Amino acid sequence: MSAAAPGTSKAAHGDVAGKKKKGPGALATAYLVIYNVVMTAGWLVIAVGLVRAYLARGSYHGLYYSIEKPLKFFQTGALLEIVHCAVGIVPSSVVLTGFQVMSRVFLTWAVTHSVREVQSEDSVLLFVSAWTITEIIRYSFYTFSLLNHLPYLIKWARYTFFFALYPMGVTGELLTIYAALPFVQKTGLYSVTLPNKYNFSFDYYSFLIIVMISYIPLFPQLYFHMIRQRKKVLGHAEDYSKVE
Amino acid sequence: MDALALEATSTKKPANGVPAPAPAKRKPAKKTKKAVVFFEVEILDAKTKDKLCFLDKVEPNATIGEIKSMFHKSHPQWYPTRQSIRLDAKGKSLKDEDVLQHLPVGTTATFYFRDLGAQISWVTVFLTEYTGPLVLYLMFYFRVPFIYASKYDFSTSKHWVVHLACMCHSFHFLKRNLETLFVHRFSHGTMPLRNIFKNCTYYWGFAAWMAYYINHPLYTPPIYGEQQIRLALILFLFCQIGNFSIHIALRNLRPPGSKTRKIPYPTKNPFTWIFVLVSCPNYTYELGSWLGFTLMTQCLPVAFFTLVGFIQMTVWAKGKHRSYLKEFRDYPPLRSPILPFIL
Repeated sequence: MSAAAPGTSKAAHGDVAGKKKKGPGALATAYLVIYNVVMTAGWLVIAVGLVRAYLARGSYHGLYYSIEKPLKFFQTGALLEIVHCAVGIVPSSVVLTGFQVMSRVFLTWAVTHSVREVQSEDSVLLFVSAWTITEIIRYSFYTFSLLNHLPYLIKWARYTFFFALYPMGVTGELLTIYAALPFVQKTGLYSVTLPNKYNFSFDYYSFLIIVMISYIPLFPQLYFHMIRQRKKVLGHAEDYSKVE
Repeated sequence: MDALALEATSTKKPANGVPAPAPAKRKPAKKTKKAVVFFEVEILDAKTKDKLCFLDKVEPNATIGEIKSMFHKSHPQWYPTRQSIRLDAKGKSLKDEDVLQHLPVGTTATFYFRDLGAQISWVTVFLTEYTGPLVLYLMFYFRVPFIYASKYDFSTSKHWVVHLACMCHSFHFLKRNLETLFVHRFSHGTMPLRNIFKNCTYYWGFAAWMAYYINHPLYTPPIYGEQQIRLALILFLFCQIGNFSIHIALRNLRPPGSKTRKIPYPTKNPFTWIFVLVSCPNYTYELGSWLGFTLMTQCLPVAFFTLVGFIQMTVWAKGKHRSYLKEFRDYPPLRSPILPFIL
């Protein structure tokens, strides 16, 4: 699922009133700041790449190719965030983070990269743009939070932009998977048939359909979770000063 | 409050026995009767702190279980097994066997209540989750219509290992059902109702998934043929007997109807000698059985099921091992939770 990670992830000196928070040590904080700065920069590169390609070509078509490499690099790099949770330097749930990151990585590699024919689809631009804006805000949010200087604007943006970005991303993702279906069926991509010595079979086409169906229960849950987080975080705007 | 209770709270005398040299104006207690100080119990909702129930004249030797029954009378929708009664709103649940006067409460005891949700008995859950695989597997084995192509309806596999696998799988789940009915002595009577859906999805889902491939018309028998199947069968049977032996040994640790916990030790049965090295050998043997079945069928879904089951059983074994260590000072140090020396 695309868009903002659910607000369960609080940065070390978070926006919600602190409970007992044994934040990361100084070394971990330094590392995380570097990590988040690099990721912010990376997604800015992708954003700039998209804009420049659009200006150069004059159309929205096929912009994926201009940012394919940095997209793969930085989106895959997000796998480190699972490790951060597992090791404990980020107070988020490993399972939740894992799920989020894996769904992004799945779309990047197992759908867009693997099915060449969908790369020129407009739906790809739709989710890539949604991801780009979301990630730039999210990673700068973490960076500033770690440095204890979170501008209210960033906090506001993180918990407001998702209203549009989330549905935008989900739509782009679903349309892309849907576009990939006929090619997967035709080529039998990633599929295993019987008979074989492991007595196993896997139909990637059916699997993709199941993935699409799973958006129905999952997307509302994540969306409403973000809405609840927004109330909690921004609802206290009167209590806190503008700068954290 | 009656005079005796009032006196008890002010002087903090022990509740049992001492006849009050009463400054109270009541007529003196009969000399032949010991003065009993009744407790009062108030039950508050753990979340809202609302007063849900007030019980007076509660016997000091009343158990939490009895208090739950009393609470149930005033709130019939909360039957005792779904009540969690604690001393602290966020604390641990008190046990049914705990006695009121032995708890750190005054003669007016305040307890917090949390609704555990609809409950279902462990026996019901076990029987349901084990009967599913038994029935489902047989449906695939007999190639009931709409599973495979219609030309295969009600046909039988030409590989004898498929018949063997069906016997083993059916035996395994039949054994589990019989153990549920006649062997196991459960610590808890009930579990939350939603568990039955979760558990049945897991067992029934995996059973259908493996049965589909093993009984498939295009099934491929094990590469190393008879040798592989024979070895697998020996492993499977050995571990089934082992698992059963452990269940019997654990049952014998606990008198009927009790919930006592003791350290299990090896018995005369050689299959229990593994207790020397392992805290939860029932899980060790279960892993072995499924490894045997995987080898016998050479089926990847069976391997997945074995892996997932192993992960879950390891979590349980580690938990049990930790409880043993916490509860018993003299717990044998050589033991590992599930795999000797390894895990």
